[in-house]
Order: sequence, then structure tokens, then C-alpha cells
Amino acid sequence: MIAVQQASAPPDPLSVPTNAPEHCPGTESDLAGKADACAGCPNQEVCASGKAKGPDPALPFVTERMASVKRKILILSGKGGVGKSTFTAQLGWAFAADDDLQTGIMDVDICGPSIPTIFGIASEQVHSSSSGWSPVYVQDNLGVMSVGFMLPSSKDAVMWRGPKKNGLISQFLKDVDWGTLDYLLVDTPPGTSDEHLSIVSYLKESGIDGAVVITTPQEVALQDVRREIDFCRKVGIKVIGLVENMSGFVCPNCKNETQIFKPSTGGGRRLAEDMGVEFLGAVPLDPRIGKSADYGISFLDEYPDSPATTAYLDIIEKIKYQLGD
Amino acid sequence: MASSIQETPVSRRLKNVKHIIIVCSGKGGVGKSSVSTQLALSLRGSSPTNKVGILDIDLTGPSIPRMLGLDGHPVHQSSDGWVPVYADGEERRLCCMSVGFLLKKKEDSVVWRGPKKNGMIRQFLSDVRWGDLDYLVIDTPPGTSDEHLSLLEHLAPVHSKLSAVIVTTPQAVALLDAMKCLSFTRATNLPVLGLIENMSGYVCPCCGEVSNVFSTGGGEEMAKREGLKFLGSLPVDTELVTLLDAAEGDHSSNAGVDESTKGFGLWERYQKTPTAPLFSKIVEKIEVPLRAES
Ligand SMILES: Nc1ncnc2c1ncn2[C@@H]1O[C@H](COP(=O)(O)OP(=O)(O)OP(=O)(O)O)[C@@H](O)[C@H]1O
Ligand SMILES: Nc1ncnc2c1ncn2[C@@H]1O[C@H](COP(=O)(O)OP(=O)(O)OP(=O)(O)O)[C@@H](O)[C@H]1O
Ligand code: SF4
Ligand SMILES: [Mg+2]
Ligand SMILES: [Mg+2]
Repeated sequence: MIAVQQASAPPDPLSVPTNAPEHCPGTESDLAGKADACAGCPNQEVCASGKAKGPDPALPFVTERMASVKRKILILSGKGGVGKSTFTAQLGWAFAADDDLQTGIMDVDICGPSIPTIFGIASEQVHSSSSGWSPVYVQDNLGVMSVGFMLPSSKDAVMWRGPKKNGLISQFLKDVDWGTLDYLLVDTPPGTSDEHLSIVSYLKESGIDGAVVITTPQEVALQDVRREIDFCRKVGIKVIGLVENMSGFVCPNCKNETQIFKPSTGGGRRLAEDMGVEFLGAVPLDPRIGKSADYGISFLDEYPDSPATTAYLDIIEKIKYQLGD
Repeated sequence: MASSIQETPVSRRLKNVKHIIIVCSGKGGVGKSSVSTQLALSLRGSSPTNKVGILDIDLTGPSIPRMLGLDGHPVHQSSDGWVPVYADGEERRLCCMSVGFLLKKKEDSVVWRGPKKNGMIRQFLSDVRWGDLDYLVIDTPPGTSDEHLSLLEHLAPVHSKLSAVIVTTPQAVALLDAMKCLSFTRATNLPVLGLIENMSGYVCPCCGEVSNVFSTGGGEEMAKREGLKFLGSLPVDTELVTLLDAAEGDHSSNAGVDESTKGFGLWERYQKTPTAPLFSKIVEKIEVPLRAES
């Protein structure tokens, strides 16, 4: 059994945020606990004692827990709403179709968790046991963890600043009883923010196998995706490849294909070329994908013959190939 | 939060700004930035004298410079603070500030933790020479986190000028986050002007068939249920995407007096999109209560 650091109950996300003051020098700084800003900060004592310095105390626990996880994959995009969560779910379902594989999905989008809805398990709760918090199981070999399972009501806004999000992410990594996993898929919020920094720093030691970056074809999305790839390079995460989502829509009536989000600057393919990353493929816009997500059912199972399913499965094959699986 | 009578550098700077409209959504990619852009353009256009500012506090994914065709513009420093970037050349009735103007290369990522974001937002509010504005539109990132909390903290001294517009798309996953956003506005006492349902329905350009590519009606339902004013729904408009994507060529119009007498290129092109007339109805609904206030 893995030791659980402070095997605590799931935190109440609505409790008042424990803000470090605005000019907090960072707990890893030499000034931690000693800066002007530290006056009155609740962490001052710990920080000043130097205990907070150096690696996060949670790190060894994370590393221990992650030792039984074979592949850790991040799903990223600088842009919002491009289909990160939807893609994460398809990937999860596709992996879980193999009875011999164990897959875990960790939703680190703390302010806007979509994963519980997409899997149709939004009303589930997290249970804690002596070995940690249990993920919610979609099926025997597919476990999910999300802040969505911890909110009293889905309407509640999680108004947390960075340090608190960081805390929850560390708990997701060290206190969740993931068991032995072949794949851990991490769905992230848009941008390059605290969540991303946290997940990267906690998993640095355990090793991230790579990131799948999602985009849509228009330049407004691509410009954020460029920044995301730059981020991956800065922090040393391998980009497995780029997926272009919502690229082209086939009218159900006249069967003509139109570009809703026109690739005015060459789309994902061109971006992948320019930035030297693998282009994994393009998924068309299909309203049934959105509907399946809203109803919490597997699009791949429901519409096995659709062009989008073919595209998804093809991309997933390429991801496996890139990983050497 | 600071008490509302307290003077701060922010309140001093925003003294001559009449209304501050915060555009938010919870969910990513639902059209906050495009609504902010359209709102700023339309408010500017709704009277020949309206002056509008647009502040982009999406620090890690700024879209406004691109959407206004101002990509790559530098920000100048004056003795009285940063000069915002003007989108309409000589007329100078639409100005903008974004972290996008401060980046050296377009692919540079901004990887900041909360306190640094907070500092940037404070500077955007207190150090930019906003001048006299009828409206300051603020585009926010998705979520309800550091940027939002910082924004409201710094704007607390001018709370009476604040209001919000919530944008959503019709799918359940988006509405869920829109609800969270609404809870956020309630928790922070931010008055909501209303809700816009974006990307609601798509007319096939070949056959005219309407497809609900991202479902439809969910936003209107939510507005009714939550007692919010429904500002309107906007269909999927491919011309708008292209306009906001490649709104270039406007750099030139900034320089030439010639161009500016001809008008404001982006505004003129925007008015040709199918969305523009629908949006002007939305703007009317937004302006009426605000005018009554002042
Ligand atoms: N290929 C597609 N065709 C049609 N709808 C899609 C497609 N991919 C995703 N969607 C829908 O688009 C919306 C946005 O997708 P999703 O929530 O997965 O994006 P996201 O990148 O995770 O967003 P966020 O940035 O808010 O986390 C959802 O309603 C989803 O069902
Ligand atoms: N009514 C519409 N029809 C078609 N496309 C639209 C519409 N509204 C917005 N878009 C496009 O959808 C994309 C996402 O919109 P936008 O960037 O405004 O969303 P956002 O909510 O600001 O995203 P983020 O969460 O990343 O900041 C953009 O390319 C935009 O041009
Ligand atoms: S005491 Fe620690 S957490 Fe608080 S401000 Fe100082 S360094 Fe930051
Ligand atoms: Mg998501
Ligand atoms: Mg935006």
C-alpha cells in the first residue's frame, strides 16, 4: 500500500481561498517568508523556516504513486473550446476498449471541468479510503478524477487562485488511488497557467511521455497554439503531435463540405510544419460529437462508421505509434 | 476588497470612464473575445462621438490584437503612462490594450503565476492612459480564477460602473460553465446586463439548410430560468471568423489621413457580415439600461 500524505477528506472547494499576498516572492525563493509581502501571510512561518524551499514536499509522494503508471500524456491547447476535453474522452474510450489496458483520466481544469459531463458521470462523488481517494469508474478499466466530483452543486464557481489549484493538483497526483495504469490522460484548461506549471513540475521526476496539442483551423486559435508549443519547449515536454479539430463540416442535407473555421493561414497542418511537430490528423466538425458529449455517451461506440470516428481512431493509432506502444 | 469610496491609482485613472463592461463565460472558445471586439466596434459605431476602450486581460491567450487587426503594434510609453493602441486611426475613438502588444515574438508564451498576473492587470488599469471613455470593454480569459479575482479586486473602488455580459454557446458543457460564471458574478455582486447565445445554428451556404452544429436554444433557456435578460443569439458566421482572423491591412489605415476620412476599414467590413445587424440589436439592449443609469 502506498502511504498517503495527510489522508484527508476531499477539500471543500468553496472555502475561502488561501491567497498568498500579491507580491509573494514564491515559496521557493530565497526571500520566502522574509519579503515585505510575507508580513501577515499565513504561510510565513513555514516559508521562513525554509521547509517550503526546495522541492515541494508532495513530490516524493507523487513520484511513488506515479511509479505504477506507465504512460502519462497531457492534452493541451492554448486556445479555449477547441475540443481538448472531447479528445481526451475519445482517447480514454478508445484505450479502454482494450480489456487488457487500464486507463485513468485526470481533469485538471479546475474552474471549468467538462470531463464528468462528457463521460455521463457528473452526479458522482469521490470516496476516500485508507489508500486514498478512489477515482470514479466509467467502466472497470477506466477511472476518472475531477474537481467536478467534489462540488456540492455543478453551479458552484470554483474561485480559486493559483496556490489552491496547485494544492488540489498535487492531491490528484498523490492521494488518488489510481492503481496500476497503462495510460494516465491529463485534460488541461486552456492557456499556460498555474495548472500547467503545477502538473509539469509535479510530474517532472516521474516523466511525462508527451503532449497531444489540439487546435482548430483558424488563425485566432493557431496563435495560441504556437504559444502552447513554445511553452512545451520551455518546460521540456515532448509534443507527440498536433490534432486539428472541427476542420470542415458536411451539411447533412446537401452533403457539401464547408469550412466553418476557415484555415486562413494554412490551418493545423501548416502550423505543424512551421513548428516542426508531427501532424496527427484532422477531425471534422460533426454535431453528433457535441451531442454525445452533452449526453455523456461514447461517440466512437455510437457512430462507429462516421468519418469522425475513422479520423479519431487513425489519430489514436498514430499516438500509440509515436509512443512506441 | 477595498471599500468603494477609497481612491486608488486605478480609480483615479478610470475617473473619466463612464461604464465598464466585463465580458465573461466560464467556458473557453465560446466567443468572449469576438463578442468583446464586436461590442467595442458597435458601441463606437452607435454614436458619432462614443469613445470606447477595450482591455484584454487574457494574459496567456490574448486574441484582441489579432481581431482588431493590430497584431504586432508596439505600445508607447508617455510621461502620463502607456499609450493604448488606436484601432481607428485619426479618429481615435477605439483604443486597446493587451499583453499581446508587449510580446517580442508572436509565439512567445506567457507563463505567469497569479501574483505576476495580478500585477499586470493592475498596471493595465492604472498605468494606461485611457482618457475619457464612454465604455471600457474588458475581455477575460475562460474560468473564474486569478485574472477575474484580480480584476474585480482592482476595480472595487469603481464598482458602481461595472457590469457584465455573459457569453455561452448552446451545448450543455458550455452552459454548465456559464452557470459557474453566473455564480461568480453573484458572489462578487457584479450586475449582469444579460446573456448572449453564440454560435447558435449554421446556415449551409450551399443549400440554406440550418444545422445546429453546436445545438441551439440552451442559452435562452438558461437566461429564462435564471432571470437574466436574454440579449440574443448569434448564428455561426463564417465571414465573421475570417474577418476576425485576418483583419489585417488596417495597419496602413492608421497612418494615412486619407484612409481615415474614408472611414474605419474594419468597421465597414464588419457591417457587411450577417452578424452585424443582429449584434446592433444586442448593443441596443445593452446601452439602454446603461444610459438610463448615467
Ligand atoms: N469535432 C467536433 N465536432 C463538433 N463539436 C465538437 C467537436 N469537438 C468538440 N466539439 C464540441 O465543442 C465544444 C468544445 O469542446 P471541448 O469542451 O472538448 O473543448 P475544450 O478545448 O476542452 O474547452 P475548454 O477550453 O473550455 O476546456 C463541446 O461542446 C464539444 O462537444
Ligand atoms: N458567431 C460565430 N460564428 C462563427 N465563429 C465564431 C462566432 N463567434 C466566434 N467565432 C469564432 O470562434 C473562435 C473562438 O472565439 P473567441 O476567440 O472569441 O472565443 P473566446 O471565448 O474568447 O475563446 P478563449 O476562451 O480562448 O479566450 C474564433 O475563431 C472566433 O472567430
Ligand atoms: S510567507 Fe511564503 S507564501 Fe507567504 S508571501 Fe512569503 S513566500 Fe509567499
Ligand atoms: Mg475542456
Ligand atoms: Mg478569448
